[in-house]
Amino acid sequence: MTLFFSLIQIVAIPAISPLFVGIIRKLKARMQSRVGADIFQPYRDLSKLFKKDEIISKDASWITKIAPYIIFTVTVVVGAAVPIVTTIIPSFTPGFSLLPLSDFIVMVYLLALGTFFLALAGMDSGSGFGGFGSSREMMVAALAEGGLFFSLLVASVASGSGHVPSMVVSLQTLPFTSFMPLIVAFLAFFIALLAENNRFPVDNPSTHLELTMIHEAMILEYSGKRLALMEWATANKLVIFIALGANIFFPWGVAASLEGHAILLAFVLFSLKTGALLFSIAFIESTMAKFRVFRVPDLLFTSFVLAVTALCIIITF
Amino acid sequence: MDIMLSPIGILLLLSVFIIGGFGALFLDRLLNDGGRMGGLWAHAFALGGSLFGLIISAKTLLVGQGIAFSIPSPLPLFLFDFRIDGLSAFFLGVISLIAAMASIYGLSYQTHFLGLYRLGRLGFFYNAFVCSLMLVTMANQGLFFLLVWEVMSLASYFLVIYEHRKPENIRAGFLYFLMTHFGTAFIMLSFFLAYRATGSFSFDVWRAAAGAIDPMMQTFIFLAALIGFGTKAGIIPLHIWLPEAHPAAPSHVSALMSGVMIKTAIFMFIRIFFDFFPIASIEWGLTFLVLGGISSLLGVLYALSEHDLKRLLAYHSVENIGIILLGFGASLTFMSLGYEKFALFALAAALYHTLNHAIFKALLFLGAGSVVAATGTRNMEEYGGLVRLLPFTSAFFLIGSLAISAFPPFNGFASEWLTFQALFIGIVSASIIVKAIFIFAIASLTFTGGLAAACFVKAFGVTFLARPRSEEATHAHESEWPMLAAMGILAVLTLVIGVGSGFVISLLVGIVASIWLSNPSTLAFPFRQFIETRSQFADILPLDTVAVITLAVFVVLTVAIMVLSRSRKVSYGRTWDCGTELGPRMEITSTSFSRSLITIFQGILRPTKQTDVEYHDEEMRYFIKSQEVRTGIGDPYRQALYRPLSAALTMVASRVRLVQSGNINMYILYVFITLIALIVWAARS
Repeated sequence: MTLFFSLIQIVAIPAISPLFVGIIRKLKARMQSRVGADIFQPYRDLSKLFKKDEIISKDASWITKIAPYIIFTVTVVVGAAVPIVTTIIPSFTPGFSLLPLSDFIVMVYLLALGTFFLALAGMDSGSGFGGFGSSREMMVAALAEGGLFFSLLVASVASGSGHVPSMVVSLQTLPFTSFMPLIVAFLAFFIALLAENNRFPVDNPSTHLELTMIHEAMILEYSGKRLALMEWATANKLVIFIALGANIFFPWGVAASLEGHAILLAFVLFSLKTGALLFSIAFIESTMAKFRVFRVPDLLFTSFVLAVTALCIIITF
Repeated sequence: MDIMLSPIGILLLLSVFIIGGFGALFLDRLLNDGGRMGGLWAHAFALGGSLFGLIISAKTLLVGQGIAFSIPSPLPLFLFDFRIDGLSAFFLGVISLIAAMASIYGLSYQTHFLGLYRLGRLGFFYNAFVCSLMLVTMANQGLFFLLVWEVMSLASYFLVIYEHRKPENIRAGFLYFLMTHFGTAFIMLSFFLAYRATGSFSFDVWRAAAGAIDPMMQTFIFLAALIGFGTKAGIIPLHIWLPEAHPAAPSHVSALMSGVMIKTAIFMFIRIFFDFFPIASIEWGLTFLVLGGISSLLGVLYALSEHDLKRLLAYHSVENIGIILLGFGASLTFMSLGYEKFALFALAAALYHTLNHAIFKALLFLGAGSVVAATGTRNMEEYGGLVRLLPFTSAFFLIGSLAISAFPPFNGFASEWLTFQALFIGIVSASIIVKAIFIFAIASLTFTGGLAAACFVKAFGVTFLARPRSEEATHAHESEWPMLAAMGILAVLTLVIGVGSGFVISLLVGIVASIWLSNPSTLAFPFRQFIETRSQFADILPLDTVAVITLAVFVVLTVAIMVLSRSRKVSYGRTWDCGTELGPRMEITSTSFSRSLITIFQGILRPTKQTDVEYHDEEMRYFIKSQEVRTGIGDPYRQALYRPLSAALTMVASRVRLVQSGNINMYILYVFITLIALIVWAARS
């Protein structure tokens, strides 16, 4: 039973991530008065890409070849330890569980490992686009790390644990009145989410306009199965962030056991919470303009300051 | 009794280096082959000595038996007093390990100097340097310590100016010489104050007398030690010699200087603040936290703006010293608050990072040495595409980059994780100022991590990826096997020491706990106890699990996709070029990569830009003949600190010079006046 559950947990995020991307695209289309593609379209895109032949740049090295696998692996590994509907940590034998992966510092740095290889892959083919994409990506990632790290630290200090599932369990018992600093931390986290996932107002995920793109610039040289892996990994990362945001800062309803009705309730609540987050991302992308590159640091420092403020409130009161 | 753990063992160890050093000089003279044999002799002996040192260190830790002995000297107050305890053994081990790898690397790296400079001389100073590094960890008497400290500084100075026909090396060497003696002066001051307070130069007496020193005296001893050893460690703003001197030295010496020499200052900080005088008030811990935060953050920012590969690495040493000091400062703070367990934990974090930084920084410097040897330049703008020509070097450099950027499961992550945990403890303390400083420390460590990753994307990407940007980079050759072997061993170690974090942490906690044991011969840290305590620490950070899971998922995924897509073709084509031919000048360079981050932090970095334009017609100014743009980073330390200081010094010196008239009668008058004054003073008391 637990083994079965553990395997489900590992494949859960890669399985649902294209759906989330599809939902955001559909919501955006509706807000912009378009019909938009079906919400399952990203699955078809991925399967189409996997069936295609590939072209790799002559200038590229083994970094380009291996990077998509590393980046995808990282998102799968981190995703396996993120609580979605339960706070139970997947385990295979009594001594071998995914507990070490659920430490929030391990998560943040593993995701950063993916970003590191993504940026290297961007520079590998020697095109100007890729290089500048990498430069901007590392700039955004370095500055977003403050807000991301500190907002998770707020939750960690408030709950007295460094492991995400036990954070969720502990925060569920926190009285409503103590949630003010967590709301502030959530704002910081949400800004970091937008920046880390190349969303508005930091980056535009649906453009290939040279001057503005960051993420798309780095994967410009990819095609076929490697492009599919890159796109899929991006979707996984988005779902990881959304699941973390929904379950840490709004911890209610996440099941502590594998009983049927608890799981069902958790599933319904998870859909509602993530639905709200997806809607807000789509709303921001339909109503805001992308920031100029040198306005982005202001936003990211705002995120950092918000998180530090939240931390100060937590440790003072 | 084991012969290696006896005084004879230690003296044998020292004699290896003496034979290695003087033998090299002798062979260089005798054979007249440019020093080829002498250099080999010296590095072989240094390798042997380092392995010997490693064995002594390991045996000390395994057996749990310290060594203490002394040899009398004819000089008053001076004593050849040796003591190897847990802490010494740890630092001796780190030094020996890095020295062994640097020596293997040096065996073939030194041939690049053949015909240009005498290799015997390199070998002599190299042996003197390694030997003095080891002695620094063993010296147990103030004046003896100062002697070996000075030998270490001088030997490294001569290694910095080894390529003495390059004027910039002489300049870098002079700055290093000045700064290191500035530091030594403060160390002497600190030791003399301690002598005044305790009446002895023996470290053992200092340990016993710690409680009896009055607070004012303590403050001065600590302050002088902070400035003195801080100069060697490269704490900002005392770091200015570091980015000049480390790149100038031959690369395997740079690895030693950056990897272990600056750590001797950390060793002495631990000795002074935890071992000799464990009475520091909380302000000292907080000072170290602030200094560590500033050094780590500024160090990585300066590294980002560098395009000289070895200078970039040197600035990262400033950053990592900062991270070590964060753990050290946290420990000192907990100590003065009375939380001894947390202090133990935080100091273990600092030691862990000391070990890790030594390994990955040595790896990176050796990698940089291979790149410099292959291309003949340190300018990253002239590299590019080296991943195809230097496949092994680039793979090892990538592993070093991953380790220094603190990615799991490499060793840099393990120690940064532990440092984070130590700092998290601090934010729940009672005082609001302590909380604020710990939050600052966490923030600086967080941003340092992100910026270091950005910096190493730049360092690796610009050096090894894309297309070559210069003629030299298209004809680079992979290094010989001893150089690759040294890097390979270090690369494996970054992974082993990261994945084995549970074991390493328990070992370090054992070593830290042994600092407070007064009698070195009864150190209670035998190996069995590590094994027993291991279960307590195994759950702290099981990076082995993280590594296994990640590797398993990676292998399953890659194999699955390869099998499923085996019928799909892969073809190779041109990079998307928008219809024009892509040249090497269109690639992103080091300067352009970091430009956006420099612009964001321009308040701190103060970038400068100077444009010189020459026109065909000065009157019309329409047609530009040539244009030169120079970009740089402001140097507030020299402008605001060192230049006024040296100006003031020069002014005082020129005033004092007035007494030097050059007239012999005048000097006799001075002697006479002094004599009268002394007689009056003696008669009065």
